[in-house]
Amino acid sequence: MDTLDQLKTRIEAAAPGAQVEIIPNGSPANQPSLLVDGGHARAIAQFLRDEPALAFDYASNVTGVDWPEKVTREKVKVKKVVDGVEKGVEELCEKKTPAYLEAVYHLYSMANKQGPLIVRMRTENRTDRVSLPSLTPVWRSCEFQEREIFDLYGIVFEGHPDLRRILMWPEFTDYPMRKDYVEADDYEYEPTPHDDVLAKAKRHYPAGGTPA
Amino acid sequence: MMATPSSTDLAEPPSGNPLLEVSLGPQHPSTHGVFRMDVSLDGETVVRLKPVFGYLHRNHEKIAEKCTYLGSIPYTDRLDYICSLTNNWAYAMTVEKLAGLVPPERAEYLRVILSELTRLINHSALAGFLLQDMGALGTPLMYAFREREKILDLFESLTGARMMCNYMRFGGCRCDLPPGWIEQARSVVAKFPSFLEEFEALLTGNEILLARTEGVGVLPAKLAVNAGVTGPMLRASGVNYDIRKVDQYGIYGRFKFRVPLGERGDVFDRYMIRILEMHESLKILDQALREIPAGPIMDPKAKLRNLRPKPGEAYGRIEGPKGELGFYVISDGGPNPYRYRVRPPSLINLTILEDMCLGQTVADVVVILGSIDIVLGEVDR
Repeated sequence: MDTLDQLKTRIEAAAPGAQVEIIPNGSPANQPSLLVDGGHARAIAQFLRDEPALAFDYASNVTGVDWPEKVTREKVKVKKVVDGVEKGVEELCEKKTPAYLEAVYHLYSMANKQGPLIVRMRTENRTDRVSLPSLTPVWRSCEFQEREIFDLYGIVFEGHPDLRRILMWPEFTDYPMRKDYVEADDYEYEPTPHDDVLAKAKRHYPAGGTPA
Repeated sequence: MMATPSSTDLAEPPSGNPLLEVSLGPQHPSTHGVFRMDVSLDGETVVRLKPVFGYLHRNHEKIAEKCTYLGSIPYTDRLDYICSLTNNWAYAMTVEKLAGLVPPERAEYLRVILSELTRLINHSALAGFLLQDMGALGTPLMYAFREREKILDLFESLTGARMMCNYMRFGGCRCDLPPGWIEQARSVVAKFPSFLEEFEALLTGNEILLARTEGVGVLPAKLAVNAGVTGPMLRASGVNYDIRKVDQYGIYGRFKFRVPLGERGDVFDRYMIRILEMHESLKILDQALREIPAGPIMDPKAKLRNLRPKPGEAYGRIEGPKGELGFYVISDGGPNPYRYRVRPPSLINLTILEDMCLGQTVADVVVILGSIDIVLGEVDR
């Protein structure tokens, strides 16, 4: 199998204009991944599947990851003029990583017995521009798994043949796997609530009264 | 039979009669748990089938993200509750990749022995349930459960539990074998072929079984690969892909065994593949029980409590009895996994359920679903 660098060059040649980036992986597992842009993802997927030397015919695992906005503070040396003298001063600098949702595909080749090739796509943010192209037309195995990401993370897969909620019920409105999901506090029924459960239950009682 | 393209709006059924909408499940013995299929019927023939999931959904992945790495191991038991030991192994292996741990030799042998015993349990129970779905009520299943009980006794004496074993740890196993365990396991393995012979003599050539399974629910190899079908289902369609051979994870490279393949990919092939795989598992068990060395069962570097792997991610997979069982774990350096994902073979093998059932009768749907081998604890997570 090609190295990831070679693969990146080949993908860029096969899908002109595609932006491909190698995402390193700090763990001993040594599984770096390729970040591809949503606009070319379908073409790249077709290429990965149909190119005989690669033949990634099997999309094993498809999943979502939520990355809320992250603020990292680091000390940066800044040159400042203090009392007419230039000095190196350490300043606390806040660095914001914008929020996004991610879809991760683990691809294997059954024909060539190689893999995994890890492909990721990212949405622009995690509120209103959360659509990514569906890869179900390329690999059927993504069908239920992309539905699951839509259900639990709220990524809208464009071109998916049957994008509905899969594990939660259709009337449900939130996305439970997101990091900022607040779980419902009234699902736990106890005939004689006490302690935490009672405190939670009281919020659902009519004002000043006991449960009906 | 080739599957026809599915369509949600069938204006006119082929016969001209109005379609009958049937909700098969969720409380139905043939659905192996709480699983529902919305079926549209033209007479007895299925023209549309949509599986409905989620009755057992508890958001296993979210629970695991709120637990420590070690705290999730007992939860993995409850995914596929028939095969808790293989679930343990897949999760332990992924965290080992993430944290750079290497289990010692003896632990690797124990893992192979236990997961092959689990495969025997799963496949014999599946064969029994499949026959139950065809109307052979009770008897074949009880024959299978009789053998299963002997293996569960082995699990109980080693781990303290019959089904929720909670046995494997990152970098090894929880406890060593009790005295006499190997001899007991050898005698179970030695007697197992006679059960298989008896089971096959009673059933494999049976006329009713053949009539109900041959040519039913055919899955073409190309569709199976594209739809991510794995495990015995895939091999019954003739695709030679066994992760024990491809990845040679653990110490599977050392054992001599063959990978049985089907020819037609119908329900009969899927039944037969499981019987043949049990014979191969017995070969592996025979070698492993003979060769198991003495020694430690935990990596000395392994730290169970307060494990904090370096930031990064790992995907680990094993050949579970039902197919490729994978775990995907992302660490952000904290005590809990940042992202924890289970790749459930049962759910993904259901992708092609509609394709296999179109044009078949309702009674066949039950048999086809039985031959996929699902466990709802894993499908709904």
